[in-house]
Amino acid sequence: MEYQTPLAKARGLGSAKTGTKHWWMQRVTAVALVPLSFWLILFIDQLLHASYAEIREWLISPLNFTLLLAWAFTGFYHSALGLQVVIEDYVNPDGLKIVMVWVIKLTFTAMAIASLVFTIRIAVLAG
Amino acid sequence: MEQRKRPLSPHLQVYRLPLTAVVSITHRMTGVLLSAGLMLFVISLAVIQGGASSFQAMQSLLQQPLMGIALWLMVYALFFHLCHGVRHLFWDAGEGYEKPLMNYYILLELFVSLALTFISFLFVQLGS
Repeated sequence: MEYQTPLAKARGLGSAKTGTKHWWMQRVTAVALVPLSFWLILFIDQLLHASYAEIREWLISPLNFTLLLAWAFTGFYHSALGLQVVIEDYVNPDGLKIVMVWVIKLTFTAMAIASLVFTIRIAVLAG
Repeated sequence: MEQRKRPLSPHLQVYRLPLTAVVSITHRMTGVLLSAGLMLFVISLAVIQGGASSFQAMQSLLQQPLMGIALWLMVYALFFHLCHGVRHLFWDAGEGYEKPLMNYYILLELFVSLALTFISFLFVQLGS
């Protein structure tokens, strides 16, 4: 089944892009985030009430380390996909739109790397 | 020359949005807000790896009443976005389009997201 009109194909517009993967990954990350968000609540609990030694111990336990970072990385991905849609909906000029989507993607990649570096540093630092 | 009175399509600034539309745009706005929240999460990790004294400074800041309100509003935004997101998943599966039930689902979402926020609040405040 061909959905593109010949004109759209000539202009390189329409459904020839990779929208399906974007849409699908938005849903996959959404489903994953439903249970994983529980770890954010646990983390907030630690932020508000734990001593430094306690939050450090909490963070570096394998279960919390894995699931908090799983929540964060899934959240970054979901967030980048969502902000991309917002930009594509409201920003009209093509050049600006493309640059803003790049900025979003690079920012969330940097945030993921930073989170990993920070948690490793928390684990490695002497209490 | 007198202008002909043409019918106008509902303009967003004068058109009273139905509840479903208000919830829809709120879903998007909470999504953008929560993206900013993710940045705060990364900042909090940066502060923790900075050592005990910077962590304690952040903790006493977070224990201020205004910060507490902001924090729990963010948690409410998260649960609202989560509940409406689950409804989107049902919609994607082809369920939940019954028009008379639309407002009922919205009330359900608001109730469940408030309840989840309240349960989390009790868990965090009483658990420790």
